[in-house]
Amino acid sequence: MRRAAVLLPPWLWLLFLVAAPVAVLVAIALAAPGDGVPPISSPIGWENGRPVWQGGEAWTVLAEEGWHLGAFGRSFRTASLSALLCLLLAYPMALGVARARPERRTGLLLLVMLPFWTGFLPRVGAWIGLLRDGGWVNGVLAGLGLVEAPLPLLYTEGALLLGMVHAYLPFAVLPLVAALVRMDPGLEEAAADLGASPFTAFRTVVLPLSLPGAAAGFLLVFIPAMGEVVIPELLGPPEARLVGRVLWDEFFRNRDWPLAAALAVLLLLVLIPPIRLFQRLEAR
Amino acid sequence: MRRRFSAGRWGLALGLGFLWAPILLLAAYAFSADRIPFQWGGFSLRWFEALAANDRMLEAAWLSLRVAAGAATLAVLLGGMAGWALARFGPFRGRALFGALAGAPLVLPEVVTGLSLLLLFVAGQAALEAGLGWRVERGAVTVLLAHATLGLAYAAVLVQARLATLDRSLEEAAADLGAGPFTVFRTVTLPLIAPALAAGWLLAFTLSLDDVVLASFVSGPAGTTLPMLVFSALRVGVTPEVNALGVAFLALAGLAALLGWWALRRAALLTGEGRVEAPGRGD
Repeated sequence: MRRAAVLLPPWLWLLFLVAAPVAVLVAIALAAPGDGVPPISSPIGWENGRPVWQGGEAWTVLAEEGWHLGAFGRSFRTASLSALLCLLLAYPMALGVARARPERRTGLLLLVMLPFWTGFLPRVGAWIGLLRDGGWVNGVLAGLGLVEAPLPLLYTEGALLLGMVHAYLPFAVLPLVAALVRMDPGLEEAAADLGASPFTAFRTVVLPLSLPGAAAGFLLVFIPAMGEVVIPELLGPPEARLVGRVLWDEFFRNRDWPLAAALAVLLLLVLIPPIRLFQRLEAR
Repeated sequence: MRRRFSAGRWGLALGLGFLWAPILLLAAYAFSADRIPFQWGGFSLRWFEALAANDRMLEAAWLSLRVAAGAATLAVLLGGMAGWALARFGPFRGRALFGALAGAPLVLPEVVTGLSLLLLFVAGQAALEAGLGWRVERGAVTVLLAHATLGLAYAAVLVQARLATLDRSLEEAAADLGAGPFTVFRTVTLPLIAPALAAGWLLAFTLSLDDVVLASFVSGPAGTTLPMLVFSALRVGVTPEVNALGVAFLALAGLAALLGWWALRRAALLTGEGRVEAPGRGD
């Protein structure tokens, strides 16, 4: 009976606030748009006393107007590129943490994680101030006599990637540190005893063994980056219509709820394989 | 030990430099008198004063703090139960679904969670009005429910992981010495998982305080949280006030990190893992 008392509250919460919302989302993705509040109408209409299917219009729109699907392509590219850049930067960082003395590791990890806790929006705001035409970076470049006119840095693809990497880098470091710390140091020593140079030992022993950690780090950046809204909105070029932004605009500007819901369902479906892969890597 | 490939030290310095440079610049220029952010105009606290006099900002901050505290508390209670069930109850009925639902908010993109929760709340509002004649507005409460759901997922993972590494012989010893199940829980288990609960609370609290996407979806006219306000300010352009706010966040995060570090250290000491080593050993 005590078990039921522990299980019941989280069960109810999860059913009401995780399972039910997804069910409603799928239902609305199939509904027809409407003029009322909320702006939807039933997918089943009545004509001459007979039910007629009039829903699913959003999916036709998605299939016919290619630019929504184009947003998925752009998001995929931006998310993979961000995750790859994070990984390139995170790997040496994780190596540095894993090879530090054990009593220093916690402090170093804290230094990696703390920026994540300093407020996401102020950090993105800092990039705006740094990259603006009259901003800090252009000021420094002009002061050094490197540029005549300010470089257009903000609202570019580069600023978007910079913001993404800065925001998500800590996520890529953590699983790599975990993988590297778990590794038996005897393996690398054995390679060295057998005559491998430090770099060869790293390349042939440490790197392959850390690949699952690297994959987890990649996915931990890629998955949230696919639906990211705020960074593209604040740092990216106006034409960078990524999925998150398209969904946001369809919902808030165009008030097309079925289309926004259909985009969310599609995003969910697209993300199921990477999510499953991540969970399998974590369960190892 | 032989020499090992150690590009890591430089890589770590580079990466930390990249992570911290904009934050440190922001912190430094928050004390500049200049109206233009990131321009040095002499030392001044005027932007902190402006922030302290900004009623809309303060009101939103107060709302955000209350929502975050409520959401974190609910998240730890429910997440603690969920983590407990996953770690201790073995293969109960529906365990796979339970685990998947508890983990879903961790991996779902914010826009998906936000939109689906909003659609549920709209359906709920309609049902309440039709069924009971109640008109309920969306606002702080719906934001709290959304944030508690997100925090629950994190708290459940932390508690489950903590319980999995726990030495059960401690609880068995207490039971052998005649303690009832509740006494064992209160005097042995609870102190041992307390660091995970504290970490879960802090994580849920900061996630709530930092979230703009979920809040933008599920909130109503009366529920403008601090991040929502900052987001709309940043859309127009960065102001020195936002930098001052960033410094306030930084101070808060630093304090929370110190608390969290202390909790982890205490936990390590309690369970005897990772004993404190004398400085200068190792290497």
